[in-house]
Amino acid sequence: MRYVEALKIAIRSILSNKMRSFLTMLGIIIGVTAVIALVSIGQGSTRSVTSQIQSMGSNLIMVNVMGRGGESSLTYDQAIVLKDSNFIAAISPVISTSVTAMYGNNSVDNTTVNGVNGDYQSIRDIQVAAGRFILPMDDEGRNKVAVLGSNVARELFGFTDPIGKTIKLNGQNFTVVGILSQKGSSIAGSDDDSIFIPLKTMFYFAKNREIRQIYIEATSPDTVEFAKNEINSKLLTIFKGDANAFRIIDQSQILSTVNSVTATLSLLLGGIAGISLLVGGIGIMNIMLVSVIERTREIGIRKALGAKKKDILLQFIIESLTLSGLGGIVGIIVGYVLSMVLGSAMNINAKPSLSTVLISFSFSVIVGLFFGVYPANKAANLNPIEALRYE
Amino acid sequence: MDNILIKIRNLTKIYKMGENEVRALDGINLDIEKGEFVSIVGQSGSGKTTLMNIIGCLDVKTSGEYFLNGIDTSKLSDNQLADLRCSEIGFVFQNFNLLQKMTALENVELPMIYKGVPTKERRQRAEMLLEMVGLKERMHHRPNELSGGQQQRVAIARALANNPHLILADEPTGNLDSKSGSEIMKIIKELNERGNTVVLITHDPNIAAQAKRIVRIKDGRILENEVVTP
Ligand SMILES: Nc1ncnc2c1ncn2[C@@H]1O[C@H](COP(=O)(O)OP(=O)(O)OP(=O)(O)O)[C@@H](O)[C@H]1O
Ligand SMILES: [Mg+2]
Repeated sequence: MRYVEALKIAIRSILSNKMRSFLTMLGIIIGVTAVIALVSIGQGSTRSVTSQIQSMGSNLIMVNVMGRGGESSLTYDQAIVLKDSNFIAAISPVISTSVTAMYGNNSVDNTTVNGVNGDYQSIRDIQVAAGRFILPMDDEGRNKVAVLGSNVARELFGFTDPIGKTIKLNGQNFTVVGILSQKGSSIAGSDDDSIFIPLKTMFYFAKNREIRQIYIEATSPDTVEFAKNEINSKLLTIFKGDANAFRIIDQSQILSTVNSVTATLSLLLGGIAGISLLVGGIGIMNIMLVSVIERTREIGIRKALGAKKKDILLQFIIESLTLSGLGGIVGIIVGYVLSMVLGSAMNINAKPSLSTVLISFSFSVIVGLFFGVYPANKAANLNPIEALRYE
Repeated sequence: MDNILIKIRNLTKIYKMGENEVRALDGINLDIEKGEFVSIVGQSGSGKTTLMNIIGCLDVKTSGEYFLNGIDTSKLSDNQLADLRCSEIGFVFQNFNLLQKMTALENVELPMIYKGVPTKERRQRAEMLLEMVGLKERMHHRPNELSGGQQQRVAIARALANNPHLILADEPTGNLDSKSGSEIMKIIKELNERGNTVVLITHDPNIAAQAKRIVRIKDGRILENEVVTP
């Protein structure tokens, strides 16, 4: 018997029991929808996290100093000599403290103030919305100037133009010289709520010269490793061979850590969704078994009229394939829509990839085949005489 | 020998039910020639249906020999037996055995689907056969929209679909009133006159008498072979 005939029989049987067929397909629909939506959202958020991390700059190296015994930090001179290298383009030690910022009657408590030098802007790729960032001359002259993050500027000044105005940080006067562009929150951190002042000004302002954090820009992505090795050996000398006294991290390290976490998460989500597909498959098997019993007599008649085993087998397998395939197609449509809706709600690009769609569809068809074979085989092996006598 | 369609030698069929054995057929010898019209009669439980199922290649014997058209059926595979049922044998059952979800036309097309007859040819032949049994107007009706006699006529049209040599009818009039019954018998006799070999099982002596030969069977054995004199 040709496949077309088997398909016609399958469609007729599915249509003759619409409610039951729909409920059977629902298992597969939910399974495929879940796989597509979860995998797409997983991939979408991975992409967005990755691009956030990449936006930190692939040349970036961060050094954190934890210290060893009495020496818990670096001096400014120890930090800045790290720049004597062919692999390092820029370096900015950072000292941070927390202050109350005031302009007129407006004040912001617990604001982070970072002391940075003129290199910091290029290292962190900082965008200035108005005015300018900290310049080397500000640092050399220990100028009492400040650059405000966008949120801080809005809270202190409202609609007034802050450039050139004097604000008080813990009571000391600073002149505002620049405002940063709004960055929004991101995994790489945001400067929207921070204030920047020259590093050397910070020494006096915070009465603190201990360097615990250094941002470094390698000359190119290819020299990051060399630069790290060099920094490592210099710091090892300073800390007398104690590798635990400091930590050197670059962007690719963060990326691979985050990626391995998100990959595991995506796999987990996909796996859970896959289980629901499997459950859908069991639903198909269940209904196919019922269907075989209900149609015992029909099978007997078909056999008496000359149907071979393989004709009956084909008829039932195609029926379960049609159920799972239709369920798969509906699941793709629902899953696609759901991914787009959830993606736009979460502000990520969760458009399902072609491979996600193809894999989940093939999986649903394979599930249909796998769970259809047993009932179909049962039908094909029915004894015609007993089947004909079945009431 | 060329003329013999069915040759049965020493055929037995034993059903085992736990410890018990039922000898449904017990040493049957029977020859049926091409073009014959034979009726098989006997009490309930005498083994008529069992014999018909074996002749129709639906069931297999326990021992003995059965040649259909010179072919030893015990040497055939499942698929070859299915082919025989498809092309050489037409079944007519007491309870019609039509597929309820299909129209009369589709029911008649069914054996041709399994034989691989192309769609158009299939449709034409099914229409022709239904017209022959007088159901041209009812072609697109489902079995539950037809009377018993009409359903049995659909079943006869279906039995003829692949133009088989042998028509096997197991009490074809058993579920019908006498008027529909005699209509069915009229069609069956016509088939025989056109050259089909017919084996008819019945309880009814009047119906049996319409055949050209009567085989009486009791407790799985043939009692007598009686030629009906017209
Ligand atoms: N599947 C089976 N298992 C066990 N015994 C069976 C089976 N089929 C038939 N028999 C027995 O074989 C014997 C012959 O049965 P069969 O159906 O051939 O009788 P029959 O002549 O067709 O009867 P009826 O006129 O009532 O249709 C009976 O004793 C029956 O009980
Ligand atoms: Mg019987």
